[in-house]
Amino acid sequence: MEKARVDLPPKGGFSFDLCRRNEMLTKKGLQLPGFRKTGTTIVGLIFEDGVILGADTRATEGPIVADKNCEKIHYMAPNIYCCGAGTAADTEAVTDMVSSQLQLHRYATRRESRVITALTLLKSHLFSYQGHVSAALVLGGVDITGPHLHTVYPHGSTDTLPFATMGSGSLAAMAVFESKYKEGLTREDGIQLVGEAICSGIFNDLGSGSNVDVCVITKGKTDYLRNHQLPNPRTYISSRGYSFDRGHTEVLSTKITPLKLKAEVVENDAMEE
Amino acid sequence: MALRGDWVYENNGGTCVAIAGSDYCVVAADTRLSVGYSIHTRDYSKICNLCDLLFPADKCVLASSGFQGDMKALQKNLAAKHLVSVHLLHIYQHQHNKQMSCPAMARLLSNTLYYKRFFPYYTFNILGGLDNEGKGCVYTYDAVGSYERVGYSCQGTGGALIMPVLDNQLKSPSPLLLPARDAVTPLSESEAVDLVKDVFASATERDIYTVRFPIFFFFQFLAFCESDIFPTQQHAYSSRVLNDPNEYDPLIGFRLSYRIMHK
Repeated sequence: MEKARVDLPPKGGFSFDLCRRNEMLTKKGLQLPGFRKTGTTIVGLIFEDGVILGADTRATEGPIVADKNCEKIHYMAPNIYCCGAGTAADTEAVTDMVSSQLQLHRYATRRESRVITALTLLKSHLFSYQGHVSAALVLGGVDITGPHLHTVYPHGSTDTLPFATMGSGSLAAMAVFESKYKEGLTREDGIQLVGEAICSGIFNDLGSGSNVDVCVITKGKTDYLRNHQLPNPRTYISSRGYSFDRGHTEVLSTKITPLKLKAEVVENDAMEE
Repeated sequence: MALRGDWVYENNGGTCVAIAGSDYCVVAADTRLSVGYSIHTRDYSKICNLCDLLFPADKCVLASSGFQGDMKALQKNLAAKHLVSVHLLHIYQHQHNKQMSCPAMARLLSNTLYYKRFFPYYTFNILGGLDNEGKGCVYTYDAVGSYERVGYSCQGTGGALIMPVLDNQLKSPSPLLLPARDAVTPLSESEAVDLVKDVFASATERDIYTVRFPIFFFFQFLAFCESDIFPTQQHAYSSRVLNDPNEYDPLIGFRLSYRIMHK
């Protein structure tokens, strides 16, 4: 029995085959390449009719902006969305995986997914990887039991809150929420407050930037407002424009190989008959 | 000191650009100081004219990025050697009865940086101004004093993003060519300012430490426009400093701080 388990290929999950090799190489002074971290501001709040999620759209690799308009509000189920901060690959992979599990669960039960189900799937996955899957999430949705908002930390701990922020801009955004949030906000006021919190992150946290995405989830209806605000338009465009002269790259030699057509045209007389 | 293990520096980010023309020199820098993901200030001038207020018209300016503490220390050091009239330490001016020329200041800066070879000023500098013939000149440095006279340069966190664009647009002739060609750019002053605004607008989109922030964020442009040899007396210049709120440039979206010097 023991032997059989060893010989079987793994059913799924991560391969840790190269961990020891990489550890050895790091000790010898090798610099491993970094990951694309979404230095991020993500927020969520509960308003009178449901939940509003918000996110900025900057993805960074060190000091360089890798993506000026990425999407950080991920689909989980028609009534549940999830904002992700941390390593971009992890937030995307973990939300995709859970959303697929939720879909299968809906096929099996023929009922709308519950937010608590998504939360449990997320936290059990993250806990089993002991923080190595670096995804910090704000999970929000409306189900049969009403509106729900949760934060999920990379190690698998969770919170249940009326308003939440995550990512490197979380302090800037939370400052806005702490001073202005109140219970029973209207839809317009809620969107306004979420926009303000994200803008606070965009302008005061260097890891966050570009535009504001918002997602409003109410009973039976979800509005994904992509690029709800564009507070950072291009500031200056050269009046002169640019011309790039030909010949910047010297052509050393030219060889043109024509494609050989191998298709044979078969005359089909059957149609004519 | 050379082998100290603890890292005593910070990089406060920011970008400086300078372009030399036939009779002008544009020096520009953003004005944010930051560390990590935090902003220290949005309004700090990285450009220093190495003079005190009694002598605002100088022949060259120093634009630096890197560690603000070292930037300040370096500027004080140079200004003290240059003149510093209020403290009666007119070292250069006292001895020579004139302000230091830009090429002389360039050598002084190089020596000052190399003097601290094994505990360097963590600064990346560009010196811009007019030379003894009134031509625009730009000197570019590394942190320990290696320097070169060039037609244009940029330094700082956005430097690697901006330099290829300047190379493409300004096409400096090789310094190896014989007879030596002029390194100054063929652009007019307004074209050069236009280019500088544009490269900054681009760099702010891709470098998190280079800034564009409406109202709070200004560029500083410094343009000397006079082909005559600089007279030694300060009152011969009219110096225009454009940094009051009325000079808000709606196109670029932020307040500009210029200094244009005319005879």
